[in-house]
Amino acid sequence: MCGLRLRNPTMLASGVLDETAATMVEVARAGAGAVVTKSVGRSPREGHANPCVVELDVGLLNAMGLPNPGIEYFSEEVKAVKREGVTVIGSVIGGSEDELAEVAALMADAGADAVELNLSCPHAKGLGTEIGSTPENVERVCRASKERIKVPLFAKLTPNTSSISNLAKAAEMGGADAVVAINTLKGMAISPEARMPILANRFGGLSGPAIRPIGVRCVYEIHDAVEIPVIGVGGISTGRDALEYIMAGATAVQVGTAVWTRGPGVFKSICDDISRFMDEYGYSKVDDMVGAAHDTKP
Amino acid sequence: MTPSLRMLRVAEHRNETPWTKTIRFKDTVDARPGQFVMVWVPGVDEFPMSISYMGDRFGITYQIVGDGTKALSKAAEGDIVGIRGPFGRGFSITGKRILVVAGGAGIAPTAPLVEAATKKGVAVRLVLGAKSSAELVFENRCAAAGAEIHVSTDDGSKGQKGFATGLASSLIEKERYDSVYACGPERMIVAMTDICRKKGLPMQASVERIMKCGIGVCDSCALDGKHVCTDGPVFDLEELEKFSELGKTRLDRTGRKTGI
Repeated sequence: MCGLRLRNPTMLASGVLDETAATMVEVARAGAGAVVTKSVGRSPREGHANPCVVELDVGLLNAMGLPNPGIEYFSEEVKAVKREGVTVIGSVIGGSEDELAEVAALMADAGADAVELNLSCPHAKGLGTEIGSTPENVERVCRASKERIKVPLFAKLTPNTSSISNLAKAAEMGGADAVVAINTLKGMAISPEARMPILANRFGGLSGPAIRPIGVRCVYEIHDAVEIPVIGVGGISTGRDALEYIMAGATAVQVGTAVWTRGPGVFKSICDDISRFMDEYGYSKVDDMVGAAHDTKP
Repeated sequence: MTPSLRMLRVAEHRNETPWTKTIRFKDTVDARPGQFVMVWVPGVDEFPMSISYMGDRFGITYQIVGDGTKALSKAAEGDIVGIRGPFGRGFSITGKRILVVAGGAGIAPTAPLVEAATKKGVAVRLVLGAKSSAELVFENRCAAAGAEIHVSTDDGSKGQKGFATGLASSLIEKERYDSVYACGPERMIVAMTDICRKKGLPMQASVERIMKCGIGVCDSCALDGKHVCTDGPVFDLEELEKFSELGKTRLDRTGRKTGI
């Protein structure tokens, strides 16, 4: 995909078990085909105060607030992961196109195999969605970053918009080599007993099974709108979930919240499920299934 | 995928020492000794806390160290506190004769361990270390459970003067134990790890790191690729020995390794 060779189509999604090199290596050993790092910016960030997660019956609501040690420090973590032979995609954040491009360049210099622009975190002021909510911004920041790096550029898009296809088209226009869809949906949980939102940041991003139908729909729409590959993410915890995304048009998938419920073994489990399905239904490669749901009318 | 946050009413809130308090709730939390909960003081903070009383009228024992525990210390009977968990891997009780070493606030998770062990018929020696006699917690509780207690204080105001590790080390020289359990400052855990390695004694220790999610997703409590919230907080000797970061570095809130 985009010149990257992955040993399987699963990746660790950004924000989960990816702040330290040792953990990322563990997740890769447990079966992830690639790992996407925590989103990293120019300067260190502590993230939001606790509580920063709410466990729900339908998923997970989080407002970590993009904690990260800053790109200068994090470059060493990326190098340490690369030394173990793991495919690393560096997720980056910035408050402006220049800052994003600068961090993207430093991430590529550190040895990241690709750079993912986080244009979609719903809970950090001045970052994420606040940068990536309009097609004009998405195109501009992609172009600025693309000029600074030689490795593939991914744009991770927000579903908190009226048309994610328009954002995907803008990313493609700006030179992105792939789009990643979707990030979390903006949400809130309230404790009636405490009479206040539970998250210290008040609102956060919803992930997990509840958002899978939204993610699948977004990938399906994006597949129709752009030529570049789509990486599907949102509520995947089984091979069947991954196959929904693949048949909607995803070339690869990312898994985050399922690491909470199923542990790092979830990657191998998803791959085994996919292999069994391919054997049973006569597919010889994943590529033959990408977008397959578009070929037949219900 | 089960929501674990429960809003519990305070049943009792008492001072153990001028800086240490125990809060008991009207509710039941089934847990193993060594497991922890995330404690939410609405509008202030959420932080991890060892469980000091299991089961009915479950409770936590804490020192006032920051804004969160300061706000918690003002909670009165009937007030509401949020609790997530129990989380993590607790102690497993093995052997007929064990040595428990608790330094300072480390007594909180070890008191229920002492109770569970003596209830199983295990002979328990407890080394209880504190800065001074005024800061000793749960001495009577552990004695009532049937543990033989050896006290050390930094200032010599009670028991042997010095650190808990010195006292533990001399007990290990004198007597045979099937297993050693440690909870307290990290330098104490490192020292106990060294002693147990040399003596070939099985050991378990509870480790602390900054914790945000508590459920194994955020990587804030990473320790050499393991996670204190889900793989720990109790680790055995084999794991403790492998930790290159133990006693040396910890992650700050940004994810930078900083010296301890």
